[in-house]
Amino acid sequence: MNKNDIINLLPYQNPFLFVDGIDEISEEEIKGHYTFKSDEMFYKGHFKDNPITPGVILTECMAQIGLVCLGIYLMKDELDDSKNPQIALTSHQMDFYLPVLPNEKVTVISEKKVFRFNKLKCNVKMINEKEELVARGKISGMIQIPV
Amino acid sequence: MNKEELIPKLKTIIAPYVQDEEAFKFLSEDTDFVKDLKINSANLVDIILDIEDEFDIRLENEDMENMLDVKSAMQIINTKLDN
Repeated sequence: MNKNDIINLLPYQNPFLFVDGIDEISEEEIKGHYTFKSDEMFYKGHFKDNPITPGVILTECMAQIGLVCLGIYLMKDELDDSKNPQIALTSHQMDFYLPVLPNEKVTVISEKKVFRFNKLKCNVKMINEKEELVARGKISGMIQIPV
Repeated sequence: MNKEELIPKLKTIIAPYVQDEEAFKFLSEDTDFVKDLKINSANLVDIILDIEDEFDIRLENEDMENMLDVKSAMQIINTKLDN
């Protein structure tokens, strides 16, 4: 399974796909990136005349790269074209350090802590192009192949 | 490990994941994790992992499937502790 196969298996699409590419992946860790376009839907309202990426969207980006892409890779032996993974976010704890503005590129790095009984728990962080820490936390979810 | 020792330990492990707190107050051997306590599948995994840490045992898929209520959890823990 290559990096593009993983992105093709993601169950998201515009305007809620927050993965542009995967830079590195292994059984233990993933690194991927996304650039927030200036016309993303949420900038119109968050905030009025002052577009800043919402924390929930940063968390979503971190979950899509750090948990879902990694989870698909970990289940690669059981997946094929006819079997899309079912996923659910179950918990997250996140701290935010810096704002992300329109047209900023962010990189997400996620380290697997536990993957057992279909539950994946990761330590995830997001950095900006200056390599400054934007957000850091723990995200957990369930991932399984439908029977 | 007998019931009197095990049930309080299990209660401590289960408490953070319980959705039906009324049912948790009346927890007994027959309390079902899903039906009575309304614990979801993601949290059942957390309980399994916490049980492993607390008792220093390793649980497998079939243990997860069999661990439906307090009674079966105690049986599985005791079997593993004896091995």
